[in-house]
Amino acid sequence: MNIIVCIKQVPDTTNVRIDPETNTLVRSGVQSIINPFDMYAIEEAVRLKEKFGGLVTIVTMGPPQAEEALREAISLGGDEAVLISDRAFAGSDTWATSYTLSKAIQKIGKFDIVICGKQAIDGDTAQVGPGVAAFLDIPQITFVKKIEEINIGSTPAPQGYGAGRVPEYQSASVEYIRAERMTEEGYDIVESPLPCLITVVKEINEPRLPSLKGKMRAKKIEIKKLEAKDLDADPNSLGLKGSPTKVVKIFTPPPRKGGQILEGEVKDICGKLVELLKGEIL
Amino acid sequence: MDYLLTEEQIMIRDIARQIAQEKIKPVAAKYDAEGIFPWDIVKIMAASDLCGIYIEEKYGGTGGGVMELVLATEELSKACGGISLAFAATALGTFPIILFGTEEQKKKYLPDIAKGKKLAAFGLTEAGAGSDAGAIATTAEKKGDHYVLNGTKQWITNGGEAEVYTVIASTDRSKGPRGAAAFIVEKGMKGFEFGKKEDKMGIRSSATRELVFTDCNIPKENLLAKEGMGFIVAMKTFDQSRPGVASQAVGIAQGALDLTVQYMKERKQFGKSISSFQGLQFMLADMATEIEAARALVYACARMLDSGNTKVSKDSAMAKLFASDVAMKVTVDCVQLFGGYGYMRDYPIEKYMRDAKITQIYEGTNQIQRSIIANHLIKETASK
Repeated sequence: MNIIVCIKQVPDTTNVRIDPETNTLVRSGVQSIINPFDMYAIEEAVRLKEKFGGLVTIVTMGPPQAEEALREAISLGGDEAVLISDRAFAGSDTWATSYTLSKAIQKIGKFDIVICGKQAIDGDTAQVGPGVAAFLDIPQITFVKKIEEINIGSTPAPQGYGAGRVPEYQSASVEYIRAERMTEEGYDIVESPLPCLITVVKEINEPRLPSLKGKMRAKKIEIKKLEAKDLDADPNSLGLKGSPTKVVKIFTPPPRKGGQILEGEVKDICGKLVELLKGEIL
Repeated sequence: MDYLLTEEQIMIRDIARQIAQEKIKPVAAKYDAEGIFPWDIVKIMAASDLCGIYIEEKYGGTGGGVMELVLATEELSKACGGISLAFAATALGTFPIILFGTEEQKKKYLPDIAKGKKLAAFGLTEAGAGSDAGAIATTAEKKGDHYVLNGTKQWITNGGEAEVYTVIASTDRSKGPRGAAAFIVEKGMKGFEFGKKEDKMGIRSSATRELVFTDCNIPKENLLAKEGMGFIVAMKTFDQSRPGVASQAVGIAQGALDLTVQYMKERKQFGKSISSFQGLQFMLADMATEIEAARALVYACARMLDSGNTKVSKDSAMAKLFASDVAMKVTVDCVQLFGGYGYMRDYPIEKYMRDAKITQIYEGTNQIQRSIIANHLIKETASK
């Protein structure tokens, strides 16, 4: 089973500072880490590999120093690493990033599943995973908290699988995944044919620590590099040019003012509260 | 200080540090209070390839030596001197096989230890034979193709938890130390039972138990080296393992000092952080200097051992003696610097003081270390 994991190198926000003048992140001197949600994606991929065999390819798009993140992912059990890096990608928004990643994934070749963290802790959009699935034209299951089952053809589909839903799933040879998808109320159980893309939440596993052999391999591994010219991509869809998002303004929302506390017996203040609600708020 | 570690040694140190800070620290107080053996941590160490860092590659390890062992033990001990012992005491039990094992014995026992599937332990001490290791009363009687072990070993670290035990027993008590032999004993062999689990002052997450042998049959293939070599096996093993104990002591001391510096910056008296008081600063400076000196001695000794130098008894004893005395002194002072809070179990510092004490006692008391050092000094002078 071939698995592709998309990761992002982000500033370590546990000790990030905000410039009080410009209200932006102070990036200098801030350590870079693998986006924490992507750590769960790497772990899940490595667990799938350990169960089904195959290869885990780690992909990231970023500046040259994002190579460090790839090497760390290798030390955690990844097999191959691809760095998508080019000045032409600078200024990519989530649309252009998704497009570029999808083009790179097509270049990497055949895969059964793409795994992403649910979102990155710097942008917090949660759009790139779904975007990649859309550009690849494959199904997606977001916010996965548990992979219940994966059939990659070696075992027959369970009795009644897909009954009354999508007819072709009833074929015993179909490759599919069944996953629990976290929602605000609980979870959905979603089935999808493979290949597909999933994004994962932190409930899915507990990432392992790097191993010594993994670290040694990470140090030596050759990182495959992809530039704009290596992708069969429309140049107008890359980087700033390919990014429809316009950032109009960045600001810190004003702090919430403290509420008003009414004191006294309930029967005395009820009327006052009603008046206040009528007058000021409603 | 930069000790010019190799890239691989830095990796080992970093992995051990990450395990210590992320996995051991959060459970150290609970495991100490409840005496829980850290199997979960052992599994993490195994998955991170730490268990084989002092074992040759052809036996499943990563090919390091004592230096790798001390780097990892120090980092693990910064978070908990008891939990780190599951790892360090396995090295103590494994060294006799590494040093004296036949090819068959190594192939049989080392790979599972290197992978962290099995822990090891070393059994020498008895109720009547501590510092006077020659006085052991456990006997091994040869009968055909096996030996029959009888006797009780006391205070054995990893006792009951380990699968592989190196045990020193006497094949001829009339010869004293020269009548001793070393055997590899496996958990589950008939006639091999475990006695009570000891209730200790410190290193409480480490298992310390009796090994009880009652007509326990050991195949003769499990004899290490030769009959009569048992005492030499033990002494050569201690030469290798004392830097390990010393690094446990360095780790405990450094862990305590790190907590103390942090606490002193936060704790305010007379309107200031107590770290701003010069009298207390001097204590910190002395502690840091002594720890660094201990570390330098331990690393130098470890490197000397790894270089194949066999005349290490004196240096190994010095490293163990100095580092453990530093650990005791430093941890007592750290409790002092925490003041009343330091005496309370709600704070982590008193545990370091309890854990430090054993490093002055086991693997040869510090008085025995001084005897070893002095004996070598006198011999060296005599031979000049």
